[in-house]
Amino acid sequence: MTQEAVSVHAGTRGFYEDTGKRTGIRAWIFSTDHKRIGLLYLMTMGVFFLLAVAFGFVMRLEMLSPGKTVVEAQTYNTLFTLHGIMMIFLFIIPGLPAVFGNFFLPILIGAKDVFFPRLNLLSWWLFLAGGLLALVSVFLPGGAADTGWTFYVPYSVRTSTNVLPALIAAFILGFSSILTGLNFITTIHRMRAPGMGWFRMPLFAWSLYATAWVQVLATPIIGITLLLVMVERWFGVGIFDPTLGGDPVLYQHLFWIYSHPAVYIMILPGLGVVSEILPVFARRTIFGYKFIAFSSVAIAAVGSLVWAHHMFTVGMSNTGMFVFSLLTFLVSIPSAIKVFNWVATLYKGSIVLEVPLLFILSFIIQFSIGGFTGLMLGALAVNIHVQDTYFVVGHFHYVMFGGTGFGLFAAMHYWFPKMFGRMYNKGPALASWFLTTVGFNMLYFPFFFLGYFGMPRRYYDYLPEFQTYHLISTVGSWVLVLGIIVMVVNLLIAYKRGKTAPANPWGGRTLEWTISSPPPTENFHDIPAVTTGPYDYSEYEQRQAEHP
Amino acid sequence: MSSTSPGVAAGPHAHRDDVGSRLGMWLFLFTELILFGGMFIVYAVYRFTHPEAFHLAAAELDTFVGTVNTIILLTSSLTVAMSITAIQEGRKTFALTLVGMTILLALAFLVNKYFEWGHKFDVGIYPGAPELLAQPQGVILYFGLYFVMTGLHALHVIIGMGVLIYDFEAIRRGTINATSFVRLESGALYWHLVDIIWIFLFPLFYLLH
Repeated sequence: MTQEAVSVHAGTRGFYEDTGKRTGIRAWIFSTDHKRIGLLYLMTMGVFFLLAVAFGFVMRLEMLSPGKTVVEAQTYNTLFTLHGIMMIFLFIIPGLPAVFGNFFLPILIGAKDVFFPRLNLLSWWLFLAGGLLALVSVFLPGGAADTGWTFYVPYSVRTSTNVLPALIAAFILGFSSILTGLNFITTIHRMRAPGMGWFRMPLFAWSLYATAWVQVLATPIIGITLLLVMVERWFGVGIFDPTLGGDPVLYQHLFWIYSHPAVYIMILPGLGVVSEILPVFARRTIFGYKFIAFSSVAIAAVGSLVWAHHMFTVGMSNTGMFVFSLLTFLVSIPSAIKVFNWVATLYKGSIVLEVPLLFILSFIIQFSIGGFTGLMLGALAVNIHVQDTYFVVGHFHYVMFGGTGFGLFAAMHYWFPKMFGRMYNKGPALASWFLTTVGFNMLYFPFFFLGYFGMPRRYYDYLPEFQTYHLISTVGSWVLVLGIIVMVVNLLIAYKRGKTAPANPWGGRTLEWTISSPPPTENFHDIPAVTTGPYDYSEYEQRQAEHP
Repeated sequence: MSSTSPGVAAGPHAHRDDVGSRLGMWLFLFTELILFGGMFIVYAVYRFTHPEAFHLAAAELDTFVGTVNTIILLTSSLTVAMSITAIQEGRKTFALTLVGMTILLALAFLVNKYFEWGHKFDVGIYPGAPELLAQPQGVILYFGLYFVMTGLHALHVIIGMGVLIYDFEAIRRGTINATSFVRLESGALYWHLVDIIWIFLFPLFYLLH
């Protein structure tokens, strides 16, 4: 095996040429190579993402005018449920860790694979199974689930729709997420190359590390909670159903004990991508490396203690509300530390305005808007006013899509040459950045006004005075979808016909840029010995200082 | 060169790092503990809101059966721990006997559990039973939690048995031996987890009246 692999290194198509004696699709779906698994995730996740985008698109179309526009009310309920379940469990939670973490984590820390390669493949299979089950549940008799992605009891126990398959799907996906987290923690602890101390690790690896802990420690809670709802539906066991003495508010607590930390599973890797890409295009050593690294850990830790801020209106003691509000404010400190350090890194940098950096700049601005509105929501008085309105929807789309989504677009455009060994055309990529940024803000910014003026979320119909905002928003969704189409087509063309990519097109200093594009099967001929930090632009900075 | 540096893989599957394998296993055990932890939270909340009903309902359980099962599980933890020492010393037959005893004890636990549950069903205590639904809400919640928590625990006993049967086979074939036994250690760790969860279930349901 080792001997064969060495000869493969000479090939120009790197690991793509090494099919491990399997043919066709079997070379992919049975491969334990972390790079192939990363690409498997990319493809399956991409399909789910585009489907969920389509659901969102139809939802926006429905909201174009008051009353019925294109779909029935029940279909609308199904659409927002599926949009939520798919975007959250099938796209944004696995998103960056499963695709870019799998592909790049071992390379970034100078390893040949993750610690448990077979477990890694199993987690993809579970992901696929969960995803397919979620899709199948749509078409089974009984109708697709209409509970929203939150599965709130008692409605989720009583509705006759296919809640059970959706619950099982979410349970399986949680298991897949746990296995990925467990694998990454072990990999980072045991497989760093000689000389790669904790503080020489790239910041994307740090963010994956913090994320992995949240995945491992928080996901079991949603597992058991969903399992309890399942047995409640199956066997009529009294646990959360108030007619049997259960407490539905307890369900909400358990749900958010996972689902708020899950928000950090979604955003932390995005923050890591920013820290990874920014120094490369600023040609600057990152400002405040340790602060950024520890702020990831701090966000993960404090973020696990704020769950009840989703529930300020359900009835809670004033002390409880005060504590959860305070903790919510505290999370903004490590988040702000990151933003300040990024801005400081750009300051006096020799900025190269490539497409990945543009996505990152959109990320920083949108994430900041999302963060600020998050603080507003964390304030008790404001929260009571805008709870369950479009304001909340606007806030989390600014963080999740404006942040993580754009982080994923940035990562895609940054690592594409390394993953596929091809360059994409810059013109259409710029267009896709412009369209997605404009479309995104047009789509979601009006949500803040809508919510502030009292438009509740998840409503099928609305009062005529809201129409202007809904109209702007729906037009924004068209621009956004156009941008996504341009991006996907551009990258597909690049994959087929793009120019061959050099090993280091951006001037990156981390380990993935020291090996060929695409990487060879075993990543490194010899495990590299690491002697410097990850973003060492000191020579460059010195030259700039001497010859400005 | 790479294969000699500690913790670094020589090839995707060629590495052997027992510390790493153990770390992975411990992480998995954390997830299991938190899984049950969620149910312990539910138990704590309902015990707090329905103290009297919980007190009444707990009297229905047979402390004797519970105690016997506790002794069975504790003994099985002992035998599986001894099997690791045995394999380290290269005493293969003895190790096989000990793992086999562990599996039999697990089976005994399940048989006991079967009769215990069966008796409950006979007297009309099961989810949705009309006799149970006539009881105060706290009693319904108590037995709901009783069946779910001991049921999920029993499922873990069954999974644990599967793991131990697999390890038994591996010892017999010699893939688990005096120099490579991390898989048996992982299996035993899992078995201890099953045991420790019972150690909390037993007092919460059987002893706390």
